[in-house]
Amino acid sequence: MKSKMNGSELTLYVTGEIDHHNARRIRETADGLIQQKHPTLLNLNFSGVSFMDSSGIGLIMGRYRTMKLYGGRLKVTEIPKGLRRMMELSGLSGLDVLERGFDENECN
Amino acid sequence: MVFDSLSSNEAFARSAVAAFVMQLDPTIGEIGDIKTAVSEAVTNCVVHAYHGITGKIRLNVRFTSDHIVIIRISDKGCGIEDIHKAMEPLYTTSPEEDRAGLGFAVMQSFCDSVNVRSVPGRGTTVTLKKKLSPRYPNA
Repeated sequence: MKSKMNGSELTLYVTGEIDHHNARRIRETADGLIQQKHPTLLNLNFSGVSFMDSSGIGLIMGRYRTMKLYGGRLKVTEIPKGLRRMMELSGLSGLDVLERGFDENECN
Repeated sequence: MVFDSLSSNEAFARSAVAAFVMQLDPTIGEIGDIKTAVSEAVTNCVVHAYHGITGKIRLNVRFTSDHIVIIRISDKGCGIEDIHKAMEPLYTTSPEEDRAGLGFAVMQSFCDSVNVRSVPGRGTTVTLKKKLSPRYPNA
């Protein structure tokens, strides 16, 4: 998984299908980098995600908690259209982690 | 088809169902909905049914003449004591693994109907139904 550090902001480029099987590998990579680099912002770039079930929601909520524990923030950006229903269903919009504009575009 | 309750089979199961349903000429959205719901149901079997032991998951797909896809996913695992509780959004018995507790909520949202039958100690069967939109309404 590609990652990029920009100042104190860490961007992770999540790719492929996020299910229960793949979520473990993504979680371990993300948590390893968080512990190593202590970013103030973790940006999960979802532009390369082709499929996601509720394991992706668990992954986001887990990283949200981890970043909070370290005093940082989490953002999920470039969410593909196909994942919108899942994101809406999850209640994540209440946590202010989804990229601004996500709720407004073509959701209704 | 019958396969082992291994997490690597989650992708296999949803892809196999999607490939089979393709003959009905579904929309991309419908295929996505079906893949997601199957992934949730199979993951439930992998995570909960056999408690760390590898068991078997049985999956059947059929469709009716009016394009209702019926998917049945069953295991012979531990069963569910309280189905109502299990189906409550955000309820999970394994929060430490980042499980969101949304599996059944997602199935219900992405399918037209979700039926769960379970006998504790004997296993669980989940039946998903989804009606595909007619692609050629004027034909």
